Amino acid sequence: MTTKLFGTKVPRVEDDRLLRGQGRYVGDVFSGQDALHAAVLRSPHAHARILDIDVEPVLDVEGVVAVYTYDDLEDAMGEPLPLLIPHPTLTHGRTQYALAKDEVNYAGEAVAFVVATDRYVAEDAVARIRVRYEPLPAVVGIAASRAAEHLVHDDVPGNVGARMEQHNGDAPAEIAKAPHTLTLDLDVERSACTPLEGRGVAARWDPDQQRLQVWSSTQTATGVRAAVAAKLGLDLRAVDVITPDVGGGFGVKINHPWPEELLVPLAAMRLGRPVSYVEDRREHFVASAHERAQVQHIEVGFDDEGRLLGLDVMFWHDHGAYTPYGLIVPIITSTQLLGPYKPRAYRVVFESIYTNTVIVTPYRGAGRPQGVYAMERTMDAIAAYLGKDRTEVRAVNFIQPDEFPYEHGLVFQDGRPLTYDSGDYPASLEKIKQLVGWDEFPQYRKEMAAQGRRVGIGLACYVEGTGVGPYEGAHVHIETSGKVKVATGLTSQGQGHQTVFAQLVADELGVRFEDVEVVTGDTRRMPYAVGTFASRAAVMSGSAIHLAAKRAKEKALRIAAEALEADVDDLEITDGVVSVKGAPGASISLGTVAVLSNPLRYAFDEASKSATQFAVGDPDKPPVAPGEEPGLEGKDFYSPERSTFASGMHAVIVETDPDTAEITILKYAVVHDCGHLINPMIVEGQIHGGVAQGVGGALYERMVYDENGQLQNASFMDFLMPYVSEVPETIDIDHLETPSPLNPLGIKGAGEAGVIPSAALFASAIEDAEGIEITAMPISPSDLFTLREEHR
Amino acid sequence: MKPAPFAFVRPRSLEEALEVLGAHPDAKVLAGGQSLVPLLTMRLAAPAMLVDINAVPDLDRISCDDDGVRIGALVRHAALLRDEDAARTQPLLRLALSHVAHPTIRNRGTTVGSIVHADAAAEMPAVLALLGGSVEVASVRGRRTIEAADLFAGPLESTLAHDEIAVSAWFPALRPGERVGFAEIARRHGDYAMCGVAALVGPERTRVAYLSVEEVPTIVDLTGVAPDDVGEAALAHLDPQPDIHATAAYRSQLVRVLTRRVLEQAA
Ligand SMILES: Cc1cc2nc3c(=O)[nH]c(=O)nc-3n(C[C@H](O)[C@H](O)[C@H](O)COP(=O)(O)OP(=O)(O)OC[C@H]3O[C@@H](n4cnc5c(N)ncnc54)[C@H](O)[C@@H]3O)c2cc1C
Repeated sequence: MTTKLFGTKVPRVEDDRLLRGQGRYVGDVFSGQDALHAAVLRSPHAHARILDIDVEPVLDVEGVVAVYTYDDLEDAMGEPLPLLIPHPTLTHGRTQYALAKDEVNYAGEAVAFVVATDRYVAEDAVARIRVRYEPLPAVVGIAASRAAEHLVHDDVPGNVGARMEQHNGDAPAEIAKAPHTLTLDLDVERSACTPLEGRGVAARWDPDQQRLQVWSSTQTATGVRAAVAAKLGLDLRAVDVITPDVGGGFGVKINHPWPEELLVPLAAMRLGRPVSYVEDRREHFVASAHERAQVQHIEVGFDDEGRLLGLDVMFWHDHGAYTPYGLIVPIITSTQLLGPYKPRAYRVVFESIYTNTVIVTPYRGAGRPQGVYAMERTMDAIAAYLGKDRTEVRAVNFIQPDEFPYEHGLVFQDGRPLTYDSGDYPASLEKIKQLVGWDEFPQYRKEMAAQGRRVGIGLACYVEGTGVGPYEGAHVHIETSGKVKVATGLTSQGQGHQTVFAQLVADELGVRFEDVEVVTGDTRRMPYAVGTFASRAAVMSGSAIHLAAKRAKEKALRIAAEALEADVDDLEITDGVVSVKGAPGASISLGTVAVLSNPLRYAFDEASKSATQFAVGDPDKPPVAPGEEPGLEGKDFYSPERSTFASGMHAVIVETDPDTAEITILKYAVVHDCGHLINPMIVEGQIHGGVAQGVGGALYERMVYDENGQLQNASFMDFLMPYVSEVPETIDIDHLETPSPLNPLGIKGAGEAGVIPSAALFASAIEDAEGIEITAMPISPSDLFTLREEHR
Repeated sequence: MKPAPFAFVRPRSLEEALEVLGAHPDAKVLAGGQSLVPLLTMRLAAPAMLVDINAVPDLDRISCDDDGVRIGALVRHAALLRDEDAARTQPLLRLALSHVAHPTIRNRGTTVGSIVHADAAAEMPAVLALLGGSVEVASVRGRRTIEAADLFAGPLESTLAHDEIAVSAWFPALRPGERVGFAEIARRHGDYAMCGVAALVGPERTRVAYLSVEEVPTIVDLTGVAPDDVGEAALAHLDPQPDIHATAAYRSQLVRVLTRRVLEQAA
């Protein structure tokens, strides 16, 4: 038997190439070719009317090929960009134009587009365009937006894009009669995905075939394809979108189409030459997307044990200047806030509000970090109020293992009921307490205090809806060489999809891992797909690939059974060879089966001779049996009825310097449950990366806007993404495997998990160390020092 | 993030470099490029010409004698950090250099470039000021020595004339009976510090230098101040500024804490 690869730490096939610098990114697509390069003129104002744009001074710059402003856009291109995910409560959704029409609403919004022989010339030209603006008052921050003294969009009263309410039971009534109540007011600031490769797009128009090829650093090739075709008035079949290597996404590249994703193809068509655009770091800060900013107000009623009787949450979500991605982030906050707990009654109301700042679209975690923060701060506050251990208060509120499927009575981000499929939260809690040394901590604190050192411990729990629909598909093709070519439509940004998908195929087909090649995000190979987000790739494409491989295998066995004159049930496939169990010698390679699967008129090599018309086949039957297709292929789609819910708990021990307020991580522990693990090493890698990003979000990163809407730290010098020296040297990880009943592999998503509890976690630990309530995250040493001064 | 157009010259001798620089009022010297290149790519600087001094011979020497350490304009931070003679002659150099940026940047960035770039958040200008060192500069008009006390005019502003190249910097040796200390706190490892403090404690005098506190490196004389009072005594001479990483009050706290810590180190 081929040893099963599912569950083993197969080294990533991607790494050799990527670590040797052999990755091929959008910026490499036209390298060495005579392509044109684009640059974008961006608004310097957060809010202004455009009075006049003068491109005259640019036209005679040597090397400039084209300059476009809004006036150069026709038909659908002159309409606002799509609102990707409409929602009935998004009554005042707005999207920007590919190039600003007569108003700009954030500093960084695209105003003009220059195409030149190289990026240097394009930037020189951009600097020469003259725009006359009439500055308007900028609305910056949630408080200013709510005050609505000024409006972001004239026709959006109160700056409110959406107001949404969901409830289960009567939370206010439960709170009114609860023995204890508490109120919390919390803040979370903005951060951003900041992948090392920013956005980028390249396009080539083939005038002979009337065909457009687009390469984009995207998380959805099919989404970009549909958008480009619609906006440029092309048939879908005339557009290919190919995702080359992508240097990180973390959410920001799921939003589409970005203005440049349309303008580059447009320019390529108009100019008849390949055009490429790769944004620079500053542009990524001011012209892509941010996330996380919310202000939250929580009222909670509970009993003597800390049991949640009524939980009433109101929050304001800063969605920036436009709403292309709808309400996904606040809806996730409002539903995933509940985590592993079951309040008797819950009500949540949010307002998604406009500000004159960069748009907000999902960033790894996508609203969950804020929800977990609200819930876990509440748990800590209840424990402090009752004088109970923080783990006890959590434990009494857990959904129990025998209560699944558990219905919350709410609607999730996919429009389906929020129903948890499986989990074991009490077991997770036991594990995390062990792993971090929860019960031993008081003693440790005492020892450290004796040395004049101040330490604190924190804990945070989360549940993450992963693997949302609608579907993914896969195509598995066994070639006559015996090699297996697999295609799935969603894209890869470094997760290790090629590795885990090949594991699944090798297991199912019984072929060698090395013989499986996986292609993702290429609409030529798989035109039906959704995208990579919501920790869905393994669940969705993994399941689809498993199903497609199964179909290919069934077909292989049918053909082999006939060739070997054996019963299908007696066959097995090992290392790419089909053999009859217990009958040594009776075997046929999958490559030969592939030859036989495709009855030939013409031979092209030795192997194919055996499939030609005078060599095989019953002359009395059609060469291709009814219901069969030529070729050894399998194709299938996976479309689950709802999401599967992964969960986890993080714990951290921090030290805070009594003098300098520096915050140091002493121990970081993770218990993680994503069902069955396809590749534990890759899951742990995802956790490591997520934790690193979470440390950044909790302790280092923020978007510092001034009152005029200018981003003060739009560079890696002042936006403090943590270095390797800032993240914990070791992260202790323990897994729990509660399989999902919703998919054939029993898996759940793992991509976002590591980042979700960070804000809640560090707030908990720092509060524990300092004895000061922490209500605003992120927190820097300077912030902590200010808090200490306020509490002196 | 592409620089505006500029002419590029790479002279093979100091004389040639000085001539080109003297003839082009809008030219700028390029040494390690670790500060200048980011300014160019962000188009915060757009000189018409870059005079790359990396091919000028003999500027990469470190020489130590009883009086002090002299380093040429092309001595990289990393080379000076490694140099045992320099560390023996003036231990503060190595103490401070280990806080300058990250290894990759230290491999290219020059210590003299850092000094004349005159960033108030940089370590080596403060070290030069504390030790009372100097910089030797040359132009077609001749040579002169600028004492550290006269070098730092303002944020990112030194008193070098446009046509002058700093050919070397000189750091006085540690004298018998003297001790040094250095400490800083940065948001991330290797970042410019939110506050940095260097101390030189001698039999007669106690002097302390501050970086990232005011707009230029600042020296405070703390001779005779009782250990418990050093922080407040220093603050009496300083006006810590706020920025996006630290409030003025927090920076003052760092002054207090770090002053005490470096003086303990140097005790
Ligand atoms: C990510 C990063 C982090 C950093 N962190 C720190 C840090 O923590 N502490 C710190 O001190 N520095 C830091 N630096 C800056 C680094 O130390 C630079 O090396 C130094 O500031 C300038 O040296 P350079 O040789 O690179 O000068 P360049 O960048 O080549 O030049 C800087 C300026 O000095 C002028 N100049 C240079 N040499 C001469 C000369 N011989 N004569 C006349 N003019 C000259 C140039 O014209 C230019 O105006 C950091 C840099 C980066 C990119």
